[in-house]
Amino acid sequence: MADTDILETQTAAASSVAGIDQSVGDFKYDVKYDFDAGTGLSERTIRYISDVKKEAPWIREFRLNALKTFLAKPLPTHWATRDLENLNFDKIRYYLSQGTKPKRTWDEVPADIKKTFERLGIPEQERKFLAGVEAQFDSEAAYSNIKEVVSKQGVIFVNSSEALRTHPEIFRKWFGKVIPTGDNKFSALNSAVFSGGSFIYVPPGVKVAHPLQAYFRINAENFGQFERTLIIVDEGSELTYMEGCTAPKFSTSTLHSAVVELVALKGAKIQYITVQNWAPNVYNLVTKRGLAHEEAEIKWIDCNIGSRLTMKYPGVVLKGRKSRGEVLSIALANDGQHQDTGAKMVHAADETTSSIVAKSISVGQGRSTYRGLVHIPRRLKGCKNNTECDALLINTNSRTDTYPAITVRGQQHAVQHEASVSKVSEEMIFYMQSRGLTEAQAMSLAVNGFVNDLVRQFPMEYSVELKRLIDLEMESSVG
Amino acid sequence: MAETGKSACAPQNLSALRYPTSEIQMSALPDIQTAAPTGAFTPDVFASHLAGLGHLPQWWLDRKREAWNRFSALPLPQRTDELWRFSSVQGIRLERAHLSAVPGQALALRPTPLDFAQSASLTFTNNRALPAGSLPSDLREKGVIFCPLEEALTQHADLFRQHFMAQPVNLGSEKFAALNAALTTSGAFLYVPRGVEIAPPFVAAHVASGEGAAVFPHTIVVLEDNAKAILVESFSSPESSPASGHFAAGQNDLFAGPGSQLTYVGAQDWSRDALAFQLNSTVVQRDARVLSLNIHLGGRQSRHESHSRLQGPGAHSEMLALTVAHGAQEFDQRTLQSHQAPHTSSNLLYKNALLDQARTIFSGLIIVDPDAQKTDAYQSNRNLLLSDDAEANSLPGLEIQANDVRCSHGATSSHVDEEQMFYLESRGIPPVVARELLVFGFFEEVLNKLENEELHATLRELIQTKFKHQTP
Repeated sequence: MADTDILETQTAAASSVAGIDQSVGDFKYDVKYDFDAGTGLSERTIRYISDVKKEAPWIREFRLNALKTFLAKPLPTHWATRDLENLNFDKIRYYLSQGTKPKRTWDEVPADIKKTFERLGIPEQERKFLAGVEAQFDSEAAYSNIKEVVSKQGVIFVNSSEALRTHPEIFRKWFGKVIPTGDNKFSALNSAVFSGGSFIYVPPGVKVAHPLQAYFRINAENFGQFERTLIIVDEGSELTYMEGCTAPKFSTSTLHSAVVELVALKGAKIQYITVQNWAPNVYNLVTKRGLAHEEAEIKWIDCNIGSRLTMKYPGVVLKGRKSRGEVLSIALANDGQHQDTGAKMVHAADETTSSIVAKSISVGQGRSTYRGLVHIPRRLKGCKNNTECDALLINTNSRTDTYPAITVRGQQHAVQHEASVSKVSEEMIFYMQSRGLTEAQAMSLAVNGFVNDLVRQFPMEYSVELKRLIDLEMESSVG
Repeated sequence: MAETGKSACAPQNLSALRYPTSEIQMSALPDIQTAAPTGAFTPDVFASHLAGLGHLPQWWLDRKREAWNRFSALPLPQRTDELWRFSSVQGIRLERAHLSAVPGQALALRPTPLDFAQSASLTFTNNRALPAGSLPSDLREKGVIFCPLEEALTQHADLFRQHFMAQPVNLGSEKFAALNAALTTSGAFLYVPRGVEIAPPFVAAHVASGEGAAVFPHTIVVLEDNAKAILVESFSSPESSPASGHFAAGQNDLFAGPGSQLTYVGAQDWSRDALAFQLNSTVVQRDARVLSLNIHLGGRQSRHESHSRLQGPGAHSEMLALTVAHGAQEFDQRTLQSHQAPHTSSNLLYKNALLDQARTIFSGLIIVDPDAQKTDAYQSNRNLLLSDDAEANSLPGLEIQANDVRCSHGATSSHVDEEQMFYLESRGIPPVVARELLVFGFFEEVLNKLENEELHATLRELIQTKFKHQTP
């Protein structure tokens, strides 16, 4: 693997925190893969993946059944965009890796892959503020490490393939329980070909002080990344998890279809932060759901900037009494992009509460969509939901949609939904321009103000970079 | 033109229209998925329907044939249809209904007279217009037309053809719109010429009577430039028998020309076992204002679709609805506010009070076209849940393709406010009365938007009676 050529599609701007600046991710190194499942999807592909990973028979069965479900399910175009029809499942490469065992130190990581992550600033961040990092390159994690003080607390942080080997008992107990294979066509696809992703277990009473981070990188063309993440936080524990993602810009489409399952046991708290900045040729079709037990709290902070089409509705099943679910969502859709995002809150116990705050910005011909579901079935009492969706339209031809679905049964609940659509006020822009700002600067400031109350809830390093990215996106949007 | 009633269909061979009862008994009713999509409305039924209409113009019969073919070709709604999300589609069965014979006594049936001053009224029982008095001479002199459908299509053919189903139905019930067009023989046609303003409401009352009676009301209102009028449409059944099996597929085309002001009230109080569809299509032109208020009280399963098209600057549409849902009733309301021109505004407020095991579905959408800048649109659905088994579904949607707009929507589902209850009780008002007062207050917000006081009072009483009747 020494003979790597460096192919740079674009000179990137100064280094920044992972997963934020579009141009930072837009480069690619030519990498030789030792394992390649070839193009297209069949039982053979699945057997190949399973063999490479030396998996137990039950997991191989699970994959093969999932393939059947995937093939049987139609594309959900009766409600979703027809752009999905442009995906060609026979032209995708489903598995590419240089081996299944991640390295514990950056020195051991093959030079070509290491260069990618260094350029994205991952090792630097790890030193600065993270408790552990997993870096996935195409199908497998190239690097995975957790700080000693955290692992001494009994926290397990490995990639999903490793977890299957080393912790099958905990893994199997929760795997596929929050999101069953047949939940939707893409969760079935992921269940058939999944590879990589994180497995985290936090034992009872442990508060992990610093965030754990995973970084997902697609390097190969015509590739599909299908990571599978399972996080279990035991009674009274707390965890913050962050994920970032980038890919170089190819002329052909790339598919990213992850499944993320969270389990918060009694009194546990999970905060899951995503900053999605895929290249504009990536279909990002992700299923994310958490299961909150009694008095547990699950909070999704979901930020979508990149991709061609994102369909992602993080959800919480409020299974235990007094559990709480929260989704904070920011989406920015520029020319050629469709951010179809939202949230699902399924109340299944008394006195459960949920909150959804979604803000979207449509720039140029970009289209942002909020799609939400709030469900309160019968025989419950004291459930509350509050949903707010605000959309900002920058240009005359920008587009936004809102499609919530709210079901409430019984008279002991309080549910409210509000949505509004607006543009940046001309007076505000005029005022700022009269103070010497350019129109672009003024627009940027207004947009940053629009999302400010949400961005403030991000960890510092992320919020600073998000602001910078919005500046970048807005520069070209006016005039 | 004032001579009404007699112009309705020639005597029909009524027994031939019935679906042979023996056949129904012999074969078990097929499952919804395998059932013929036309149910009891077989080609034979349609053929004999047409046979009875030989006196009507050929173009009308051709339109009916086209509509019939559309109806037969379209499938029944499926559970996976996005436009039927949350609807109990399994409850939509067309096997029981038939184009009813009109029993002798039914012909004389008139709905309880509505207690307010009226310009004129028309009554239709089982698709037939009852004899009505002539239109007051002052209205006739002004050029106002108010007559049954079949009279309009023969005597005012141009006007009629211009407006009859001029806008496509596109909120999911295309099949039932086609059925209505194929079988309709009843409904009112109201035309108000340029600059004519008429204060007292016009009334069109529809009655379904007899087991399995199927009715297809179709009403058209045309207001020319700067005209002003009110039309009240009522839908009712004399019998409260729990197994009436009534079927209704109604439709109306409301056209508000430039600068006109139209108030439309639909009061639906079909029998408790009815399956009912009512499809509203409203066109609002430059500087016109339309207020439509739909009151939903009756039916086992009732679907209402309302599409308002704002086609000229300054157009405004006020879309209101009140529902009292009890027992196992299901009310399914779908709305669309289409802003097709700049500087248009719309305001939707749909309120549902739910008791027992009732279900409601509100699915609304605001569409702002790419060049409809300066749109101001609002959409609000308020559900008042008054029992532990009632279920309210809300799907308030927006599709915005212009940036200089003010669009918002809100949906709430809640119970009677504890604090307000406490306040009333602290003033010595018994809990039962306090609750009733708060529920009536919930309805008043909508009814207050009516300018006509008498009409307001009549509708208030209709709703309150229904509500009191249902709560112990």
